[in-house]
Amino acid sequence: MTGMARDTPTGDLRLANLTRRFGTLTAVDDLSLTIAQGSFFALLGASGCGKTTTLRMIAGLDEPTSGQVLLGDRDIGRLRPYQRPVNTVFQSYALFPHLTVFENVAFGLRRRGIRPVDAEVNRMLSLVQLDGYGPRRPAQLSGGQQQRVALIRALVNRPQVLLLDEPLGALDLTLRRQMQIELKRIQTEVGITFVHVTHDQEEAMTMADTVAVMNAGGIEQLGAPADIYEFPATAFVANFLGRSNLLAAEAGGTSGGDVAVTAHGTRFSVPAGRSRADHGPVHLGVRPEKLNLVGSADQVPVGHQHVTGVVTDASYLGVSTQYLLRTGWGTELSVFAANTGTSARVAVGSEAVAYWDPRHAFLLPRDAVDTDPTASAPNEPVGASS
Amino acid sequence: MRLWRWLADRWVMIVALLVLGYLALPILVVAALSFNRPSSRLSYDFNEFTVDNWRRPCATSDMCDAVVRSVQIGFLATVVATVLGTLMAFALVRHRFRGRSAINVLVFLSMATPELVMGTSLLALFVSAGVPQGFWTVVISHVVFCVSFVVVTVKARLAGMDRRLEEAAMDLYASEWQTFRRITLPLVLPGIVAAALLAFSLSFDDFIVTNFNAGTTVTFPMYVWGAAQRGIPPQVNVIGTAMFAVALLLVGLSSLRGRRARRTAAPVGQVEFGRDAGTR
Ligand SMILES: Nc1ncnc2c1ncn2[C@@H]1O[C@H](COP(=O)(O)OP(=O)(O)OP(=O)(O)O)[C@@H](O)[C@H]1O
Ligand SMILES: [Mg+2]
Repeated sequence: MTGMARDTPTGDLRLANLTRRFGTLTAVDDLSLTIAQGSFFALLGASGCGKTTTLRMIAGLDEPTSGQVLLGDRDIGRLRPYQRPVNTVFQSYALFPHLTVFENVAFGLRRRGIRPVDAEVNRMLSLVQLDGYGPRRPAQLSGGQQQRVALIRALVNRPQVLLLDEPLGALDLTLRRQMQIELKRIQTEVGITFVHVTHDQEEAMTMADTVAVMNAGGIEQLGAPADIYEFPATAFVANFLGRSNLLAAEAGGTSGGDVAVTAHGTRFSVPAGRSRADHGPVHLGVRPEKLNLVGSADQVPVGHQHVTGVVTDASYLGVSTQYLLRTGWGTELSVFAANTGTSARVAVGSEAVAYWDPRHAFLLPRDAVDTDPTASAPNEPVGASS
Repeated sequence: MRLWRWLADRWVMIVALLVLGYLALPILVVAALSFNRPSSRLSYDFNEFTVDNWRRPCATSDMCDAVVRSVQIGFLATVVATVLGTLMAFALVRHRFRGRSAINVLVFLSMATPELVMGTSLLALFVSAGVPQGFWTVVISHVVFCVSFVVVTVKARLAGMDRRLEEAAMDLYASEWQTFRRITLPLVLPGIVAAALLAFSLSFDDFIVTNFNAGTTVTFPMYVWGAAQRGIPPQVNVIGTAMFAVALLLVGLSSLRGRRARRTAAPVGQVEFGRDAGTR
């Protein structure tokens, strides 16, 4: 790789108005974002929203229809894939079937003329607990083992940017947690910029410095995991990252630092700092774990807001119990009650009151046609966590 | 009752053995006759065991000339057809261009054309172009019918290859040429080798097309045809048996190589034969 080592572009990875069309379909739509050098960036989004296409354009495997890919101040968008200091862990692994596991891992090092490779390759193999698997062919490995080989085949090159397309999807929970810790450790140690596509939001939240939620080719929201979770920007994000109870409501303007909201004839308020709209149709959102369930309205603490309903379902999950509360107007709210042992369980069919602290609620703008997203599919919000 | 049960359990194997016997019988006869000292020129009866034919396969010298000529023609036709056919297969699988589907049809058409038609039309072509018939017209005409078989064989192999492997190679710092050399070629090679073997055997035993375009050149099939009128010398059976043995050896070697590769690929004690290595 002539000159690449000396003249490697470094710095923040920036995508500028990146667009990719396949015929009439716009897979990536005017995407702009900056990923700080050495940071762990997670890309979340429903299937088919353009995550893989975005990664392919960064790697140089797909040509943007328009827009730029920049590393530091260098435009790498027109470089060939092998000229970019970027490596990919492919969603489909793409291991070379005719080469041994060892040669697969050594491939990148050899192409760059680095030798000897043995020590480094074996170190990587033991990192993912595949000692002794070097002489095998990929077809003689299980899916999870193949995935680990795909991971170290890219990682061994210590690129500026590592693109990971669902690199841990085929692993069992224990191994997955182990690999997450390992990945995070390597990332902090070596200072590689990680762009990590995942469907596991827990993974995204625990590992990433910054999370971006993608929808239909664009970024819906970008920020620190806690910020996105606590104050989602759109109804899509609110239900994609974790679950939310969203009530269709009308906002009636700000007064004294609070936005007044009317939902189904009941008045609520939300702090102005947690409102993304203060007029017209809105969603009033509360996370299920922020709701508390009590038997009657006089048990609701001062300063809290509540709705009354009938418990239609109670699922015992061990650490918590998940209730469904059908409100007077037909919406079903989900409530997670931690099994701390301090409060009695509420029986199905009994009347109950769900209350919350207004500082935990949030207001999102709503298209006038939207009704309660929670009402339409109470049990299966989009992208519910596993 | 017992017999029926016995037959019901084994009928697949019995049929298979019968078919194998049917296929192998002519070859066995040829092999046996290669050790025969015929009683007369036109006799095909087994008369007396001898190894003379094997010791002096070139006793009838024009036969050996014909064999050498056939091998030369087969080799040249195979090389040219394999190179052209492989390039064509790459073009057809990897590129979208105008007339691509028409070429696909043409390739099949030349395989479907009766040899008689191909032979006469090539003859007409050579005559009208004023090309004297002989060794080179045979080579050219063999290339013509071998190319389409090569295209079809290599194309199948290439179409089954995952493009993402090449992308992965490029992502791992392999230039276009290195990607071709280290990933594409090794993965497609079994297809190319199979195509070359097919081309050689097609060329080696072709009679009809050759007969139209050979002029005074005599290939091995033409020699055998001519000899059949006067009585086939037993050495023909030697050549036939030897050809079969070589083919058998090649098949045996390639399957042995495949098995060895699989065995060394698996560390001792951790052998998994779940899936085939998928590369051959
Ligand atoms: N080569 C292609 N030709 C045509 N359409 C394509 C091509 N590649 C991707 N698409 C389309 O672009 C859209 C985005 O695809 P992409 O692979 O980026 O999705 P993704 O977000 O990675 O999904 P997943 O989570 O399922 O992997 C999809 O609608 C897909 O059908
Ligand atoms: Mg994808």
